[in-house]
Amino acid sequence: MRRFAQLYDALDATTSTNAKVAAMQSYFAEAPPADAAWALFFLTGRRLKRLIAPRLLAVWGCERAQVPGWMAEECFSLVGDLAETVALMMDTARTERRAHAEPPSLASLIEGTLLPLREADEDEKRRVVMTLWDSLERREMYLLAKLLTGEMRVGVSETLGIRALAQHAGLPPATVAHRLMGSWEPSAASFAALVRPGVSDADVSRPYPFFLASPLEEEPEALGDRAGWLAEWKWDGIRAQIVRRGGGAFLWSRGEELITDRFTDLSGVWAALPEGTVLDGEVLAFSGDAPMPFSVLQRRIGRQKLTPRILEEAPAAFMAYDVLEHEGRDDRELPLRERRALLERLVAGRSSRLLLSGSVEAASWEELSVLRRGSRERGVEGLMLKRWDSPYRVGRPRGDWWKWKIDPYSIDAVLVYAQPGHGRRATLMTDLTFAVWSAGELVPVAKAYSGLTDEEIDELDRWIRQNTIERFGPVRAVKPVHVFELHFEGIAESSRHKSGIAVRFPRISRWRTDKTPEQADTIESLRALIKSAGREGRDRG
Amino acid sequence: MIVDSPQGLFCPGGPFHLDPLGPVQRAVITHAHGDHARAGNAAILCTPQTAALVKRRLGEGTVIEILEYGERRRIGEVTVSLHPAGHMLGSAQVRIEGPAGVWVLSGDYKREPDPTCAPFEPLRCDVFVTEASYALPIFRWDSAASVAAEIASWWQGNARKASLLFCYALGKAQRLLAELARVTERPVFVHGAVEPFAEIYRAAGVRMLPTRLIGEERSFAGELVLAPITARGTPWMKRFRAFESGFASGLLRIRGTRRRRGFDRGFVISDHADWPGVLKTIRETGAQRVLAMHGHRDALVRWLREAGVDAAPIGLAAPPLDPEGD
Repeated sequence: MRRFAQLYDALDATTSTNAKVAAMQSYFAEAPPADAAWALFFLTGRRLKRLIAPRLLAVWGCERAQVPGWMAEECFSLVGDLAETVALMMDTARTERRAHAEPPSLASLIEGTLLPLREADEDEKRRVVMTLWDSLERREMYLLAKLLTGEMRVGVSETLGIRALAQHAGLPPATVAHRLMGSWEPSAASFAALVRPGVSDADVSRPYPFFLASPLEEEPEALGDRAGWLAEWKWDGIRAQIVRRGGGAFLWSRGEELITDRFTDLSGVWAALPEGTVLDGEVLAFSGDAPMPFSVLQRRIGRQKLTPRILEEAPAAFMAYDVLEHEGRDDRELPLRERRALLERLVAGRSSRLLLSGSVEAASWEELSVLRRGSRERGVEGLMLKRWDSPYRVGRPRGDWWKWKIDPYSIDAVLVYAQPGHGRRATLMTDLTFAVWSAGELVPVAKAYSGLTDEEIDELDRWIRQNTIERFGPVRAVKPVHVFELHFEGIAESSRHKSGIAVRFPRISRWRTDKTPEQADTIESLRALIKSAGREGRDRG
Repeated sequence: MIVDSPQGLFCPGGPFHLDPLGPVQRAVITHAHGDHARAGNAAILCTPQTAALVKRRLGEGTVIEILEYGERRRIGEVTVSLHPAGHMLGSAQVRIEGPAGVWVLSGDYKREPDPTCAPFEPLRCDVFVTEASYALPIFRWDSAASVAAEIASWWQGNARKASLLFCYALGKAQRLLAELARVTERPVFVHGAVEPFAEIYRAAGVRMLPTRLIGEERSFAGELVLAPITARGTPWMKRFRAFESGFASGLLRIRGTRRRRGFDRGFVISDHADWPGVLKTIRETGAQRVLAMHGHRDALVRWLREAGVDAAPIGLAAPPLDPEGD
C-alpha cells in the first residue's frame, strides 16, 4: 500500500488536473494489476462498507498512543478528521523513528486482512488493527483508518480517474466508463479486462455528451422575438439519455452513470422505441398527470432494492425533450424545429411512461412570465428556453439554451448550532444549523454549508468559538444572535425532522447583520410556504 | 517571580517586563520576532544577535543593553542571564535567580538542531515557564534535513515554473536557506523583506545559500523564491507568470490547513517545540512547577496536572492564529 499512499500524496499535493491524471496514469503503469484494481475502485468514488466504528478506532488509537480521551477530542477539534487525528497521535507517540517494514500490498491488505474482518469479533479486529499499525507510516495509518471506517475518498472525480485509466490503456474514456458499469469487482483479471484493446463493446451503449443550459441572467426580452424560441417547463428530476441500440437499451444519467437497472419500471419505454434511437429527457417520479416532488424520486434512488412498494410510491416516467439519434443516424445537427417534429412522432402513443415535454404556449414574453410564476404549483423549477433553429450542442455553450428558474424560497433564520466542515474546511465551523421561532422557542429547520465568503467564514468561525454555550461532541450550540437569510428550492412536510419540515438544497444567501433574532421567521410562516407550494408540499412520508 | 500584568509578563523583583505587549520602562526580550520585540520600550536587554535584528526592525536609535549567553546581570533583587533557546538566531531563555529560587522563561524554543542558531540549553530550575504553541500530542516534527530534501525535490520538479515558497521573513526563511545549503548550491531569489535579515545572519557567521533580491527579471522558471506570507495576493505577485506555491509551517502537519489556505504544497517545518520536545524539556528542567503560555497551554496544563505535575496557565488567553514567528 506504500505506492498507493504515495499516489494519494501526489494527488493531494496538486490542484492541477493534468498533474493528477499524470500521477494516476503512472500509478496504473507501475502497480501490480490487483493493486491497480483496488486503487481504481477508490479513484472512481467506490467505497468499502464500514468495518469498524470510528469511535472504536479512536479508543484504540488513544490506548496505543497513551493519550486520554479529552486530549484526543482537543486534537480532533483542531484537525477536524478522525482518521487523521488517530494517525497523527500514533506518529507522535512513536518511541523511535525507525524505517518501517514493507507494508502489505493494497490488494492483500484489503482482500487478505480487512475484508475478513467483517466476520471478526471486536477483540479480533482490535488485534489485527494493532498489528497493522506497527508496520505503517503516518500516511498509511491515515489511509488504513479511512479504509476501516469506510470513508476512503481520494481527491479526484470519477471522470478524472476514468480519464487517467483510459490514457493508460490508450482507449476512449467512454469505453472504460462503460466497462466499469454494472457489477464491476476489483481484481487483477477485471482490471486486465478494463484495459484490453478494442472499443466495439462500448459503441452500442455510448450516450452523446449532454447539452447543458445556462442560467438566464437578464430579462427574456433580450433574447429577441418570442417566436424564435421554444419554451418548456424545467422538470425537476434526473437528466438522462435513453440509448436504444443493438437490441438493448441503456439509460445514462448526466454524470455518465448507467442507471438502466434502477428504473426497471421504464422497461416498457425502451421496448416501445425503435432500434437506433437516442432520446434526451428527464426521469421523473410521475403520478397521474403531474410530476411528484424530487424528494420522492430521491428516496427511491437511495434505496438498495426496488421493492414493489417503492415502485408504487414513486412510479418513474421519462419526459422526453429531444431526439439525438433516429434510425441509427446522428441527428444532432438538425435544427431543433426538425428534431422536435421527429420527437413528437417518436413519442406519441408509445407508452404511458414515455411523455413529451410539451411546448408552453404563450404569445409574448410577458405572458410567459406570468405562466412562469405558476411553476411551483405545477411542480416544476421554472422554464427552459431553446432557440428553434439551434443544433444540439455539446457542453454548456451560451446562447441557445437558457434555464429561466423561479426565484428560490427565502426565509430569515437564526444560527443555533455549528460544527466543523470537511476537507478543506475541516478546521472551520462551516456546517451550520438554523432555526425559526415556534411558540417562543427556536426550532432547527435547516442545515446549510455554503453561501458565505471566506472572510465571513473566518469571522463567523471566530465568533462561534467565543460564543459557544454548550458542546455535544463536535457540535457547538451558540448564542442565538445572528440572523441569516436562507434560500432553498423546495419545502415539504417531513416526519423525520423535529420541526416537521424539510427544505431542499438550503444555502446561505446573506448574513443579515441588520436583523435581530426576534425578527427571524416563525414555523407558521414556513407552514404557509408549504401550503402555497401546493402539490409540491404533498411529500409522502 | 514572574507574574501577569496588563503589559504582559512582569518580574516585580527587577522590576522589568518580559517580551512586553506595550511600551514599558525596562524590557527583557527573548528574540527578535515582532510579537516578542515591540517598539516603544525605554530600554531593552537582549543577546547581541537579537540586538542586531531588533535594530534592523525598530531602528538604530533603539536603546539596547547587551547580555551574552550565560553572562549574569544583577537587576534589582534578582540575577538575570540569557541562554540559547534554539528558536532562531539570538533567541534566548531567560533565567531569573532571586529570593523565590530559580525561574526560567523558555521564550519560543525548539529541540531540533538548527544550523542558524545555538542549540537549546536545558536549565535546571524551580519554576519553568514554557511556550505551548504546538503542545498537543499530534505534533511531532520530521527532521529538517528530510524537509529540505522535499523542498529541493519540489523545486527541481518545477523546471518550467517558479517555486514560490512562503514563510516568515525572519527566522524561517534563513533557516530554510541554511538547511537547503546542505543539499544544493543554487542561488535563491528572495523578497525584499527577507534579504536584510539574511545579511545579519551572514554577518553572524551562518552559512546559507547565496540569495538574489527580486529585481527586474522576466522569468523565474526553475527558480526558488522565498517570500513572506504578507506578499501573497499583492501586486508583487504579478511578476510570476507560472508558479507553484508552497508554505512552510508546523501548522501544515494538519492536512486541512494547507487545503484551506490553498497552497499547492505544504512543508512541515517549525521553530517551536513539538509535543515530545515540550515534555522532554519540562522533564529536563526538573521544575517543581510549570507555567504554560501560548497556543495549547490549557490542554498542556490539564495533561501535566493529570500526570501529577503542578501546572497553571500564564499570559494571554487567546491563542495566536499562527505561531510561526512574526
